[in-house]
Amino acid sequence: MRRPESARIALAHIRSIPRDDDGPVFPAPWAARAFAFTLALYERDVFTWPQWAEALGTAIKNGQHDSDPESYWLCWLNALETLLAVKAVADPSELATLRSAWRQAAAETPHGEPIELQNRVRDGTAQP
Amino acid sequence: MADHDHDHSHLSDMEIRVRALETLLTEKGYVDPAALDVFIDTYETKIGPRNGARVVARAWADADYRKWLLDDAAAAIATFGFTGRQSEHMVAVENTPDTHNMVVCTLCSCYPWAVLGLPPVWYKAPPYRARAVADPRGVLADFGVSLPETTAIRVWDSTAEVRYLVVPMRPAGTEGWSEEQLAELVTRNAMIGTGLALSPAEAAK
Repeated sequence: MRRPESARIALAHIRSIPRDDDGPVFPAPWAARAFAFTLALYERDVFTWPQWAEALGTAIKNGQHDSDPESYWLCWLNALETLLAVKAVADPSELATLRSAWRQAAAETPHGEPIELQNRVRDGTAQP
Repeated sequence: MADHDHDHSHLSDMEIRVRALETLLTEKGYVDPAALDVFIDTYETKIGPRNGARVVARAWADADYRKWLLDDAAAAIATFGFTGRQSEHMVAVENTPDTHNMVVCTLCSCYPWAVLGLPPVWYKAPPYRARAVADPRGVLADFGVSLPETTAIRVWDSTAEVRYLVVPMRPAGTEGWSEEQLAELVTRNAMIGTGLALSPAEAAK
């Protein structure tokens, strides 16, 4: 895994990432996951850090970014979805379908059980 | 919170969007969920407010608060001003020389991460749950924790209705410490009972 190195590079390029002396800090698990996707996509050469910085800057300008750390990561997620649409990696309509599927999965999962999306992720497509 | 239906699970809009993205990126081979879990676990102490550490530290420092926490954890936790449905239905169980408490969990959507921090990756492994119930001492040994034979180990299974916070034993050599100092000793694993609170020497490393 090169991710710790990628995280270091990301912190150097993207000065706005909320951080402490050790590295990035996240208000919630979903924000850490969004950060991890971004590093993985960077490692797969889907975009460069300057491209990411531009996408994030636009999202922050258009968004509701205030001092609340959640709003920063919301802008991050907006930027990620926008850039992935531009790069033809994640089609917005496909994402909308998947969101509906997850919403439905949550609605159908009894309280107290883990929420899973059945019969969707095909085996063998994921590569480290 | 728009959704207060307690019959089914709830995901926030952000969680829905991130899960949808992860499903798509996984299907297209850009990410591997298992590798993501491992990576994110390295940020375990950097995610969320980790409110539980402050709760435990106060219970160590303040005998009245400790009693309140053990009687009515949800109210005692709420006194810190932490909000959100995650600390509803919390029950605090206290470790003593006689009893060690350990928590297993299905990782449903109501995992109290704001209190306990990020759930460990191995909570997702089905063998972990079964083994924790059948051989808790062996599981603890895997985590490098060995307890005296005279200490009974009690395993609690989180449900939709009840979520557990383990109050670990206060480490020796911390007399007179402030709540802020004490909170630094309270790890995620200590609050789910797969570890002990750090000693002052361990915390200094």
